Amino acid sequence: MTDFSNQPESANTIHTGVAARRRLKARYRSEWIFKTLSFSAIGVSIAFLLFLFTTIFVQGWPAFTYNFVQLPLELNETTIGNQNGISPESIHNADYDAIVRTAIRAQFPQVSGRSAKRALSGLVSPGAPVLLREALIEDPEQLNGQKPLSLPLSDFADLYLKGQISHSEYRTGTAPVNIEASSGNFQISGTALLSALKNFTNPALQGAQQENSAFNAGIALDRDMPSILFYANGGVLKLETLGPGFASARALLPLTLTKNPEVVDWQIRLIEVPEANRNFSDQEIVWTDALVERQLVQSQFNTLFFTKGASREPEMAGILGAVVGTALTLIVTLSLSFPLGVAAAVYLEEFAPRNRWTALVEVNINNLAAVPSIVFGLLGLAVFLTFFGMPRSAPLVGGMVLALMTLPTIIIASRAALRAVPPSIREAALGIGASKMQVVLHHVLPLAMPGILTGTIIGMAQALGETAPLLMIGMVAFVVDIPGGFTDPATVLPVQIFMWADFPEPAFQQRTSAAIMVLLAFLVAMNALAVVLRKQFERRW
Amino acid sequence: MLDVNTFPAPERLAGLSKVPCASAAPVPETGVKPKISARDVCVFYSGKQALFDVDLDVMPNEVLSLIGPSGCGKSSLLRCFNRMNDTIDVCAVTGTITLDGQDIYDRSIDVVELRARVGMVFQKPNPFPKSIFENVAYGPRIHGMTKDKQELEELVVASLKRAGLFDEVANRLEDSGTSLSGGQQQRLCIARAIATQPEILLMDEPASALDPIATSIIEELIDELRENYAIVIVTHSMQQAARVSQKTAFFHMGKLIEKGDTEQIFTNPVDSKTQDYITGRIG
Amino acid sequence: MSQTPSPHIVQSYEDELAELVRLISEMGGMVELAIINSTMALVRVDHDLARKVAGDDKKVDDLQRLIDEKAVSMIARRQPMAADLRRIVASIHVATDLERIGDMAKNISRRTLRMSDKRMAAQLYSGVKHMSEMVLSQINKALDTVTSNDVEACVRVVRADDEVDALYMSLFREFLTYMMEDPRNITDCTHLLFCAKNLERAGDHATNIAEAAYYVETGGNLPSDLEAGIIEVS
Repeated sequence: MTDFSNQPESANTIHTGVAARRRLKARYRSEWIFKTLSFSAIGVSIAFLLFLFTTIFVQGWPAFTYNFVQLPLELNETTIGNQNGISPESIHNADYDAIVRTAIRAQFPQVSGRSAKRALSGLVSPGAPVLLREALIEDPEQLNGQKPLSLPLSDFADLYLKGQISHSEYRTGTAPVNIEASSGNFQISGTALLSALKNFTNPALQGAQQENSAFNAGIALDRDMPSILFYANGGVLKLETLGPGFASARALLPLTLTKNPEVVDWQIRLIEVPEANRNFSDQEIVWTDALVERQLVQSQFNTLFFTKGASREPEMAGILGAVVGTALTLIVTLSLSFPLGVAAAVYLEEFAPRNRWTALVEVNINNLAAVPSIVFGLLGLAVFLTFFGMPRSAPLVGGMVLALMTLPTIIIASRAALRAVPPSIREAALGIGASKMQVVLHHVLPLAMPGILTGTIIGMAQALGETAPLLMIGMVAFVVDIPGGFTDPATVLPVQIFMWADFPEPAFQQRTSAAIMVLLAFLVAMNALAVVLRKQFERRW
Repeated sequence: MLDVNTFPAPERLAGLSKVPCASAAPVPETGVKPKISARDVCVFYSGKQALFDVDLDVMPNEVLSLIGPSGCGKSSLLRCFNRMNDTIDVCAVTGTITLDGQDIYDRSIDVVELRARVGMVFQKPNPFPKSIFENVAYGPRIHGMTKDKQELEELVVASLKRAGLFDEVANRLEDSGTSLSGGQQQRLCIARAIATQPEILLMDEPASALDPIATSIIEELIDELRENYAIVIVTHSMQQAARVSQKTAFFHMGKLIEKGDTEQIFTNPVDSKTQDYITGRIG
Repeated sequence: MSQTPSPHIVQSYEDELAELVRLISEMGGMVELAIINSTMALVRVDHDLARKVAGDDKKVDDLQRLIDEKAVSMIARRQPMAADLRRIVASIHVATDLERIGDMAKNISRRTLRMSDKRMAAQLYSGVKHMSEMVLSQINKALDTVTSNDVEACVRVVRADDEVDALYMSLFREFLTYMMEDPRNITDCTHLLFCAKNLERAGDHATNIAEAAYYVETGGNLPSDLEAGIIEVS
């Protein structure tokens, strides 16, 4: 290695020679590479994590608020009472659909025609009558208080108000235009209109304009074209055709017309997404805007999301059912797996003799921890549901299945924690004359608690997010009522998320993300609890 | 007592002749009965023999030190006296060990009760991670030795005083036992051991992890404790054995080579192996 | 134990013990030489030699102090046990005894200086010469037992002291006779008597050395009847 013949006087050139310096440099370099790789791995992970959280957050956050409308409602003897006047029974049996319908139609009395009326009624959530009944049953005093009751708007109205239906551009009129009405159709004429229209940079519109550059024929603004609305005199017109120097339109909201056809203050609005591509028509947009203008609409915290169970209507769908179901299931899981797991670990670690049977048990437990969770679902289906005939979709059964799944994790973590307790403590306790049981209960278990708790929380967090085994035992049921006990049909958050992700309505997508946020919040809370509990026990060391 | 015939003993045990043990002074027949008597004690670990036919007596109010090179079996013997070897699965003990004449391996003996009567202090101080008070009170509590809280407190204070620790911790009995220094922790362990009012104290290299001052304090303590207990101490330090004990037994490779008065062993031992060991020669 | 013990694991301990033994041997050699020279000076009434012997005693004293210091240092540092302890403690005793023997030689030389410078009659000093040879042999044998581990040799040395004592008694009577015969002999004989006394005491110290060697070897003391001596010495 080192050639002693041509080494200078210094004694230790093994470590200070040129070759040695080079080797040292190489060591540092490889260490640096390793560190850089590690940091970039962490960086990439964090970047992905941030991306994930941002996506979920951005998508889910709108679901936490909802737009409610406060319509003046006719709540009197006629609508609510029966021949004996207003009583709890009559409150229960009243026709709330009609009340709500009447109320919304009262806002736009000019609306006629069955389909238009139906569209108008559709602005309010179909669940509004149900909520109204519930509110009145709960607190009949509201009848007298004249306090306006908040009713949820429909899911699309809500989406529109949150800007998720379409983007709009507005242009204010610079010069007056003339409006003439004839038998329901309106004509708007004026160069100002066309110049304002040219101002829009919408590609579809510009394309159509270029095609008819001479404006010889009219541009038909049909359902595949972006909508153009004309605001003036307290009303709204929808442009239907664009001709040279004029446009024909029909009224969405009635204008007040004076003898003077000239209109000075006007605005036009371009709705980018064509009517054919959205589920919210221009008429509905205009009605909703009018409600907002009348200050009847309020954006409130979406208590429905947190207080309601599953529903077909996105606005009425809430996670409370799933949350309660999850809580009940986890309670069952915890109360089954924790004592069993810890006791099994204590027995295996402290009391069991070391022979081939216990070795076999240990190998099996380790293997069980790696079994796919759906197998436990099949087991639950076969044993608990089929053989024992327990109720389907109940937190009890779900908890038992999850307990089976969590047991190996808890046992393995507990055994490791027990093994980590130094034998000196055991010997000290034995030397004093403590029995084996006392040694374990008084000394070993308290010291192993942090590790056991960590394992338990890991197991619980795993169980919290499990969908597959619960699907097998039928927790896919569409559960509307909040489960009251362990044997009521229930569903859990992951399953709820899974179901909602299937529904087509865009409002459900928001709710899916919001539910994921709630699930993550649950997990964070559980982990925080674990950290607190661990610190509490670790203090004693 | 474990019978040789029921335990799968190695073949060579059958033909093993008793190893003669050098003893300058014969066992004094002064009428004082030994506290612990070991006869023909052999210890096996997984069938491999670690102790060969040990005959030894521990007299009351006396300190017996067990010396010898590492791995010679002295700790194994010590752990036989309070049946701590029971906790090791692969360990088997044959022979007779009696405490006050009663065979401690007899089926009628409760090992928990035995360990309350034979206290043990370990090499590395191992107080429980509880408060100082709790450390000392644990033993009396699980054995139900006191009637009420006041009696327990008195017992704890008396034990701490006897262990020479009370003055230093009197005003912080609720502090954790592990917050003390090494020497204090060891004294706490001694207090814990004597709280169950044992008749014998077994000490496995009690001062080996301590600095010289703490060691001296422990040695002084052993001297004081001698008034009330019989003490068996395993030590690597011959000087400590010479200072602290009245009787010494020298072990080598599992055999008891020589036993006798400490003074005589350290000034004029009979066996050459003993001489070689205590003078630091390659034997 | 008669077999040679194996060396200490710590080599420097072994070296220090060897050094101690070497110092004892050196001191023994000096003391033997002192006895020889002091006897020769006495017999020839050689004042120069006598002066040299008296002066050289200082070196013996220095060696004794050195041996003491080394022994104490080893006790402090090595915590010797068993045979090592006995050996080191015995070295202190042996050094003391050798120093006393050296003093006896010095006394003889000092006495020689006081004698008038003329030769003595051979018949006068032959006894003392013989006694000196006997004591020298005792010292020699005693020093040998220190290194030889020979227990019987120790016993022999202790027993042989009886002969030295007996020789002294006969010399005592002889001198009395000479003095009674011829009063001119009284001065010389008295000097010679004192020298014989010194030699007899040197023999006793040699016995102590042998006893120390016995103690090192066995850890015990010689049976007391050996020491009692048969002849009463006045």
